[in-house]
Amino acid sequence: MDSVRSDRNGASSRIPVALKILIAGGFGAGKTTMVGSVSEIRPLQTEEVLTGVDGADDTGGVEGKTTTTVTMDFGRITITDDLQLYLFGTPGQDRFWFLWDELSEGALGAVVLADTRRLADCFPSIDYFEQRGTPFVVAVNCFDPDQRFGAEAVSRALDLDAGVPVVLFDAREPTGARNVLIELVEYVARRQLTSAASR
Amino acid sequence: MPAQPPRVAHDWLDNDAGPVVRPYAMTQGRVAPEDGEFDLVAFVVATAAGEVGADRLQPEHHAIVAASWEPISVVELASALDLSIGVVRVLLGDLRSAGLISLYEPPAASQPHDVDVLKAVVNGLRAL
Repeated sequence: MDSVRSDRNGASSRIPVALKILIAGGFGAGKTTMVGSVSEIRPLQTEEVLTGVDGADDTGGVEGKTTTTVTMDFGRITITDDLQLYLFGTPGQDRFWFLWDELSEGALGAVVLADTRRLADCFPSIDYFEQRGTPFVVAVNCFDPDQRFGAEAVSRALDLDAGVPVVLFDAREPTGARNVLIELVEYVARRQLTSAASR
Repeated sequence: MPAQPPRVAHDWLDNDAGPVVRPYAMTQGRVAPEDGEFDLVAFVVATAAGEVGADRLQPEHHAIVAASWEPISVVELASALDLSIGVVRVLLGDLRSAGLISLYEPPAASQPHDVDVLKAVVNGLRAL
């Protein structure tokens, strides 16, 4: 995995740089809506091999294994010919955590969508990214204008580390979703600069 | 890409019903590529050798080669060909062994992202 080129025959076209951003959050928090509002959205199938239902590590044979199909949302934003942004809506159900590991490998960062009516739904996502050290922003999807909480209140309720941005937005609006992504990338850049400075 | 055979409408076979062929049947039951891994955002490019030979390849192999004359990411291939990621990886492994594609992995995950790239992303997003 350490080589950038693994084969002969240089291609005439330049190879673009692709950056991954994960869109996470509880069921119905607006993941699909957000991916679709800023990018051309397409479904992506993953057929995954699962070990036994009890989760035991059975490497003995394939008899005990079964596959499950997961459909994820994915979208691409072309920044320039050489730079592409990939958005992945992470599968919501707990039993697909294994997919998150692959998705977050090398990811630029994540957006955790929060719905203030069901704030607890995004706890697992936040725990996950905190543990992995993946930078994330929390984006509060304001479905209902009457139910607005301030970013500060959400940050406290979620017990976020200092500096983790909280953005209020509407996932249906392209500019709202775009601003969330900008917030995330700027946050990643800030983190990078401070970690470089402290080295 | 192979020509699509004419589809006959059928009550039981549609997108909701799922694929008729189990995905890993296309790979003879193999669920992992023979060598290496294929990152979701690794880029694939068909080599010039792709035009010749390749007798033992399946239609899906040919479809991948046809789709990758310009650099295309693994995830785009899966989506464009409506194949699952796992299947595409196995087929890419075959194609790489046969020398029909080149693979360009993204930089190692441990490397920090280039701040200049991040700035370009922000500017690009603002311009959307």
